[in-house]
Amino acid sequence: MPYTAAKPPLPETPEQLRARIPGWGADLDPADRPQVPRERTDLPNGAHWDFPERQPETYPRERSIEHEMLPPVFGTAQPLHGLSGRIRRYSYERFSEGRAAHWLLLIAADRVEAGGAHLRSMLTLRPDNPITETGILSEVRRHPVASRRGRPDVRHQVLDPLIVAGPWILGGLAAAGVVRALRRR
Amino acid sequence: MAASASGDARFTALSQPVLHGHGDLVLLPAEHLDPSSGVVTTGTFRMRETRAVRTLEGTRQHPAGHPTRRIHMRAMVYRGPYKVRVEEKDVPVIEHPNDAVVRVVRAAICGSDLHLYHGMMPDTRIGHTFGHEFVGVVEKVGPSVQNLQVGDRVMVPFNVYCGTCFFCARGLYSNCHNVNPNATAVGGIYGYSHTTGGYDGGQAEYVRVPFADVGPSKIPDWLDDDDAVLMTDALATGYFGAQLADIVEGDTVVVLGAGPVGLFAARSAWLMGAGRVIVVDQLEYRLEKAREFAYAETRNYAEYDDIVVELKKATDGLGADRVIEAVGAEADGNLVQHVTAAKLKLQGGSPIALNWAIDGVRKGGTVSVMGAYGPIFSAVKFGDAMNKGLTLRMNQAPAKRQWPRLLEHIQAGYLKPSDVVTHRIPLEHIAEGYHVMSSKLDGCIKPLIIPSQD
Repeated sequence: MPYTAAKPPLPETPEQLRARIPGWGADLDPADRPQVPRERTDLPNGAHWDFPERQPETYPRERSIEHEMLPPVFGTAQPLHGLSGRIRRYSYERFSEGRAAHWLLLIAADRVEAGGAHLRSMLTLRPDNPITETGILSEVRRHPVASRRGRPDVRHQVLDPLIVAGPWILGGLAAAGVVRALRRR
Repeated sequence: MAASASGDARFTALSQPVLHGHGDLVLLPAEHLDPSSGVVTTGTFRMRETRAVRTLEGTRQHPAGHPTRRIHMRAMVYRGPYKVRVEEKDVPVIEHPNDAVVRVVRAAICGSDLHLYHGMMPDTRIGHTFGHEFVGVVEKVGPSVQNLQVGDRVMVPFNVYCGTCFFCARGLYSNCHNVNPNATAVGGIYGYSHTTGGYDGGQAEYVRVPFADVGPSKIPDWLDDDDAVLMTDALATGYFGAQLADIVEGDTVVVLGAGPVGLFAARSAWLMGAGRVIVVDQLEYRLEKAREFAYAETRNYAEYDDIVVELKKATDGLGADRVIEAVGAEADGNLVQHVTAAKLKLQGGSPIALNWAIDGVRKGGTVSVMGAYGPIFSAVKFGDAMNKGLTLRMNQAPAKRQWPRLLEHIQAGYLKPSDVVTHRIPLEHIAEGYHVMSSKLDGCIKPLIIPSQD
């Protein structure tokens, strides 16, 4: 009871725990814990430079305005492109990481890019396929009913198909609307 | 060791760089190569091939004796929220003198990959390859790499880090300042959006590994690939989380979340001398694992009107001495929080578990946060944390810092990491793997990804 000074008794003694649980207490001494102390300057890590050699910047690499310079090493996957790229670049150049606008613009650009990618894929030999790309075909072999029985999260899992299929349905309706309008002309 | 003998021989024979190009194979003119380093000595790091030799086999010896190299690979790519597929991509190239390219032997899907998969992490670009847990064989090294050789079997910590910036110099490898242009608040992470640096990840046949002298370690011969891949994040993070909880002998430790990190954190809490370990989740099969694997008491929060009250009752009204939050951005248990965060993306993460940790821990206690959250604001009950005088500790784990001690524990037989693995999924079927992991079907706890050439 927290109303008195005594700590509630434990159900098992250290001896019982040591006998039952492999390695119980092996790191009891904080000196054996790799994270103690949090900051350590004596850890060997294999680096043989004071400042790393710079990776070539082969295209204008976007960076947070909180960085004073482009860091020496960076990922080059998926460079900025198109409308989403312009939104992202504006977000990086205008807003710090401390501003909600920075992140909200980046999320908006994610949606813009996804929409554009879906549309562009329709013009390729491998259009996006929501059936295979969502992995929903695995349901058949993975005990869909038994796996979900009694789970409280099922109540909002029903939202997932809406989130995935919603944009496709809206896109289809919009396309149908355009076709109908053109026919009327 | 999963890599076949023939595979190793091939990598020994072809210790030359892969070039970036459009064909499936490229003829590599010998005069452009430095045989000692295996690096292109003319032009830029990225070169276009002059001639491609197409074959399904992928690699072969050119009749004239020139080595020919595979330049395309299979890789998981993101196609928008809830959608991924496997595509042909260019094999990564050496972009920095201390880079390596690693052929992936095992990768894994992490619970935090689901935040990307569900579209919660800002700047997750179409075509991005996820995967920050992987082990493999060194395929190629840059000219300044000293500590690795082609053919070495390596595990790669999920952090990309330089080793010498202000933060790395103090052991804060997960907070490296030299590897992520896109954000200063976040370090570098493989395959985890551009918010963590824009590095393609390991759910592919090959991956670029920057700072090869700093991050990767050779895997001890006695350690299996399935165990090693869990060292790269899940086990290291769970062990790190237990340390951040500042556990002293006899502490009552509550672990929120019975996924791989929570299970490893619970197991690690015993190593630190915990007197009681209680694991909370909503999935009965995971709680069963917590009882078996982590020797923990369990509570299914779905069975209680208010899990915070139950945690207080379980601790004689005091609250737990330490709480480890191993859930993160998609926490369930409060419909409004979950839907606004995980479904509508209006929060950086659903802070349900975090709020339960704050309210379930005792006054003056410690909350260790291992769950990953996005950078947008979340509705955290900070007033309770302040009024209770809590210590809140958190970070992405500097994985490699944990390895020497963890290897001792594994060798001593205290735990076997791969005990949490439930599924092995071929890379080609990774979309199904994501769905199974995301929907928690088929008793899924930890799915490993097996690249097609394995």
